[in-house]
Formats: sequence, C-alpha cells, structure tokens
Amino acid sequence: MRIFLIHFILLGLLSHSLASQNEMREIKIGSKKFTESVILGELATLLVKTVQPDVKHLRELGGTRILWNALVQGDIHLYPEYTGTIIQEIFAGRQISDNSELPAILAEYHIAMSRPLGFNNTYALGMKRKLAKKLNIETISDLQQHPDLIFGFTNEFMDRKDGWPSLQKFYQLPQKNVQGLDHDLAYRGIGSGSIQVIDLYSTDAEITYYDLVALIDDRHFFTDYKTVYLYRQELAEQAPEALRQVLKLQGIISESQMIQMNARVKIQAQSESRVAADFIRQNFYIEVNVQQHSWLDRLGKRTVEHLFLVGISLLAAILISIPLGILSFRYAGPGQVILGMVGIIQTIPSLALIVFMIPLLGIGTKPALMALFLYSLLPIVRNTHSGLQDISQPIRESAQALGLTRFAQLRLIELPLASRSILAGIKTSAVINVGTATLGALIGAGGYGQPILTGIRLDNITLILEGAIPAALLALLVQWFFDSIEKIMVPRGIRQVS
Amino acid sequence: MIRLENISKSYQNVAALHDIRLTIPDGKTTVLIGPSGCGKSTLLRLIIGLIACDSGNIIIGDETLESLDILQVRKNTGYVIQEGGLFPHLTAGKNIILMAHQTGWQKTAIDKRLGELAELTKFPPEALDRYPLNLSGGQQQRVSLMRALMLDPDILLMDEPLGALDPMIRFDLQADLKSIFQKLKKTVLLVTHDLAEAGYFGDHIVLMREGRIVQQGHINDFLRKPADPFVTRFIRAQRVFNEERGEVTE
Repeated sequence: MRIFLIHFILLGLLSHSLASQNEMREIKIGSKKFTESVILGELATLLVKTVQPDVKHLRELGGTRILWNALVQGDIHLYPEYTGTIIQEIFAGRQISDNSELPAILAEYHIAMSRPLGFNNTYALGMKRKLAKKLNIETISDLQQHPDLIFGFTNEFMDRKDGWPSLQKFYQLPQKNVQGLDHDLAYRGIGSGSIQVIDLYSTDAEITYYDLVALIDDRHFFTDYKTVYLYRQELAEQAPEALRQVLKLQGIISESQMIQMNARVKIQAQSESRVAADFIRQNFYIEVNVQQHSWLDRLGKRTVEHLFLVGISLLAAILISIPLGILSFRYAGPGQVILGMVGIIQTIPSLALIVFMIPLLGIGTKPALMALFLYSLLPIVRNTHSGLQDISQPIRESAQALGLTRFAQLRLIELPLASRSILAGIKTSAVINVGTATLGALIGAGGYGQPILTGIRLDNITLILEGAIPAALLALLVQWFFDSIEKIMVPRGIRQVS
Repeated sequence: MIRLENISKSYQNVAALHDIRLTIPDGKTTVLIGPSGCGKSTLLRLIIGLIACDSGNIIIGDETLESLDILQVRKNTGYVIQEGGLFPHLTAGKNIILMAHQTGWQKTAIDKRLGELAELTKFPPEALDRYPLNLSGGQQQRVSLMRALMLDPDILLMDEPLGALDPMIRFDLQADLKSIFQKLKKTVLLVTHDLAEAGYFGDHIVLMREGRIVQQGHINDFLRKPADPFVTRFIRAQRVFNEERGEVTE
C-alpha cells in the first residue's frame, strides 16, 4: 500500500518534470482575469496556433502586476495591455507624457509593444440609466450635487494614480461612502441597487446588460486606454512567424466589435475561444480549430492539476514538518521560535502569500506549491509537537530506562504513540490545502479554481459549481482517505483507547 | 554492589536528597521506605541515570556512573514502576522482548526466554498477545517485571511496584516476587511506603525522611531500637488487623 503510494507520487513528479521541459519551446500567452483580456489572449493564441501548434494560453492570471512580472521574468511571452495602464500603473514612478515614449522605456526590460489594436477602453464612471435620469446626472461634475450616492470601485481603481483619489480631487467630489470591491461584484452590486456609481471600462458588455450610462468626462480627466500587446523582444527572433500572426490584429478591432465580443461571452455565455475564432474567420478568412473539451475531460485535467498541487505540497510539508515538530519538542527554546514562525505564516492571507511568491518563483505551479507547502506546516508541526508532549512521563522514562538509544526511543515508542495526533495534523493540512489550492488558478496553476474564477467573472453559477463541487468532494475524499490510513498506521493498542 | 557516596540533589532550590551515603549489597533485597516525598524514588532515578545528581558519586561495581556507558548500565538494570510504564501500542509480549530484539537476539532465544519468564512470573502465555489495556493491574505488573528481567540484568530497581494493586492481588504478587528474588539472587532495590511489605521483602531496610536516611537495618532493629521519635511514629502509623482480638490495632 505505502509502496504503491510512493510510486504513484514519483510517477506524478516525473511526468510533470518531463512536461515542464517541453514547455520551454512553447509560446505562452497570458491574460488578466477579466473577459476582454481573456478574449484578446485567446485571439492571439488562436492566431499563433495557425503557424505553431505549441502555444498555451494562461488565462485569468490575476492583475497587472502579476502579468507584467511574469512577462519580464519570461514566464509568459505576450499579453494584452492598455497604454493607460502601462503609464499609470506599471511605470507609475516615471513622468511619461506620451504613448510614443513607451517603446524606449519598455525596451529597458527587453519588452516590445504592438501598435494599438483599434479600440479605446478607457475608464468611465457609470450608473443606472433610470437613476441618472431621475437625479438629472449626465456628467461627472454633476455628481458634486449628490454627496449621498454610494460608490463602489474596483480595488485597482481605488489605488491607481489616475483612479479615485485623483478623480475626487480633480472634480471636487464630496462622496464619503466609497467601497473597494471586485469588478464583477461591482456590476452585481449596481444591479441589485446596493451601490449606485461604479467605475467601468468603456467596452464592458454589462453597460448594455444592466442598462447603465457612462457619465461624460466633461473635464477630460481620464487618459487614453489604447489596447496593445506587450511581448518579449526575443519573440521577434525566435518565433517571427507567430508574432506576425498576432500583429495582424493591429488596428483591426473597433470599439463596437469589442463590446459585441464581450457581450457574447458575458451575456450569451459563449466561450472565449468560439468568439475569438469567429472574429478571426470573419476578418482574416482563416478557419481555426477550436478544441471543445468535454466536461469530463476538463474535470479530469483539473483533478490532476489539483491533486498535483495538494499532493506535492503536502508531501513536502510532511517531510519537513515532522522533523520540525520533533525538534520543537526536544528543544524548548528553538521550539518556541519554530512554532511561532509557522504560526505567523498561517496568519498571512492565502491570496497574499501566493502573490508574494511570484517575484521569487514566477507564475504557475511553483509559487502555488510553495504557498500551499508553507500553509501545511503549522497543523503538522503543532500536532507532532503536542502528540509527543502528551506521552506520559512513566512511559517516556520506561523507554529511557530500558536502555534504548534516543533515536530508538523516538522511532519505537514516541512516534508510534504520537502517530494519531500527527496523522490528524496531516489530515487538517490536506483538507485546508484542497480549499486553498483553488486560489492557484489566479497565478496560472490551474486546478478546480479555474472554473470558479471564470464563473465569478461571467456571473455563471453553473461554472462556479463545476469547480466548487469537485473541490468539496475531494476534501471529503481526502478526509476518508486519511481516516483509512489511520486504521492502518495507528497501532491497535492505542486505537482501542478511544 | 552499588555505593552512593555523599549524594545531594535539589529541584529548584528545594533539596530532595541530602548527603546520602548508602551501600546496596549484591544478591540481596534492600528496601527503601519512608513517607511520600522523602526522596526514595529520586534515588532510584539517579541510579539509572534518568536524572543527574548535583554532587556526590554513584559507584556501580568499581566504577562511577559517569565513567560507564549509561546504555549498558540500563541494560544491566531492570526498572519497574508503580504504573507499569508498559508501552500501550505494543502487546505484552512485544513489550517484554523489545530490548532483546533491539540487541539482536535470535528468535529462538527470545522465545525460550519469554517462556521461562512467563513460567517464573506465573503469567498465562496466551495473554502475551494482549495489549496492556486488556490486562489486569496485577498482570500488567507481571509483564513489567518480565520486561525488566528479559536481558537477565544483575540489578533490579522497583519503585512501588505493588502500590496500585488491590490487597488480594497484592498479597499474591508479594509472595511471588519474594520467591523470584530468592530464586534469582539479584541485587534488588525496592521502594515502598508500607512497613509490613518492607519487612516481608527486605534483608536490609532503609528508612528515609526529607531527603535523609534516618535509620537502616533489619526490621527488628526498627521495632526494638528506633533511632528517633520519627521512626517510632512511622512504625506506629501502620494498622494491623488482629485476628485473635477481632480488632484493628496500631
């Protein structure tokens, strides 16, 4: 049984390392976690695929920082970005007055920029058409007369140089009640009436769906948000044909086309691949092959990804935590430091921990594994420590008095007696890991988090459940698995006690 | 022979043992007796190296404890405590043979020794497969004794081995223990707080109080020539049921 398990894990490791070697020759395209970015990523991916089959779309990789860092580090080769974001956010510390300065600055990072794809997707403030009419609001300046309105802005907009703080100052807006929240949730909030003014992008499909108006930027606060592809310079040498395909999109996509594509995905629930393929067929007369994976295929792939994340991180945690637990039990002083440290790790929010790992480990599976590993430490270390601590003095001293070496005491007496507690710690870590691993999708590690992420973006409950239900079932399965292991591993004499 | 030379030991500035000088002769049973907290268990734990003394020397044979390999000393010393200290995750048999197994005994030798010990301690062989939890208190102490005797040590340290047993089981086990001691002729150091038990086992009785030895000698010496009023009080504190008079006397 145990040998079989180890084989299984080793096989998993081996096949994964082989896979990652192949990925070196692959073109990786990233996209942010909103629909338009995913469509643009998919457009580029399908076009590259016409000349190079080895291309992978890492979709929905969180926000700007993650994508930019991934691009600079070479974890991805290309992703869609907006000129306004590049100036205001990526190079927030620099004085850049014009888009024409961008290529030279990007070149410092060995990054190149395509020409604009056509449409302008700038920030705007939006509210329900009915409410705007009732309150007689047409422009952003009009908001000055309505200090009681509740604003809900994306966290990104709250922090940006060209976001809410500057906007408020610029237009002298009196509103105090401003909440930061996720873009998709903001739409749902304005739909239900719990928020009245939100920030939006001018090509958002929801503008028509929720019957919103974009307030006129009467004093021209918002800058241009031309859409471009950012890509690594080496692409021009190493995959010129693929790059040429992507650059075909320059100057091609109009604002209305983009709104329409967004609406097909968000409102008609069509897949980004299909929408992108249709656009390519209509504009370039190329038939691209869109692979439609069956539900079962998707489930299988995500299950493998998820199990990989949970399994490897847990295995590493077990190998490290049990010795740490023993150490912290044996040496009280350093033990307090160890317990304190793994405790502190646990207090870091999981999302933050995953994002912390990106500068160190890039995006993808590695940072997710590391974050999950760090999270798994505390329950196992603590339970190993307390399991050993709980062994009564007469038993501990009897083992010593027999003349067993310190190591034999540990191996033959103490660890078996603590095994129930240690296993309980491992079980806790495993179950928590199954849940936390869903966040891995944010940085391209896949797993059950992918449909959950997409489901939240598209407001699609079915899709959310497609990730949430298997995750919950897996947690139950893990629980059952460890209960069975306990029957095998925990010695009979101490199982009978309880 | 075990010799304790000027042993002192304190816990957090509270003295547990004061300048103890004691010789424990080979092949005989020495009984340490005294009220709770008098330091008798501490003495046993010092001899087997579970704790270290603050000053003084423990001499086993001709050598000090520090100069000896403590693991060898422990293998040559059986240790039985009140609660048995059996490992709950191992069967009675596995508890007994653990050390023999660790020191690389052959299976046939182990089985033979196990049979001898079961017979010696009157332990039912079929109960060897049971876990400690499923043994009676008396059986647990017999297993503990077998475990202590497995490697045929020269020294046997017993810390109130019968303290937790009910009177009838205790009565039988006392008799069995005494005959085992006489048969094996080991150097036994036994701790109890029961004077009658001490007299029953002991060739030599050592009475302790607050970390000091008050008196030592044969049981009769204590009765006839008590060293001080404490000894008299200690002796009188034991009640006996007098069958002839049909009452409990002091």
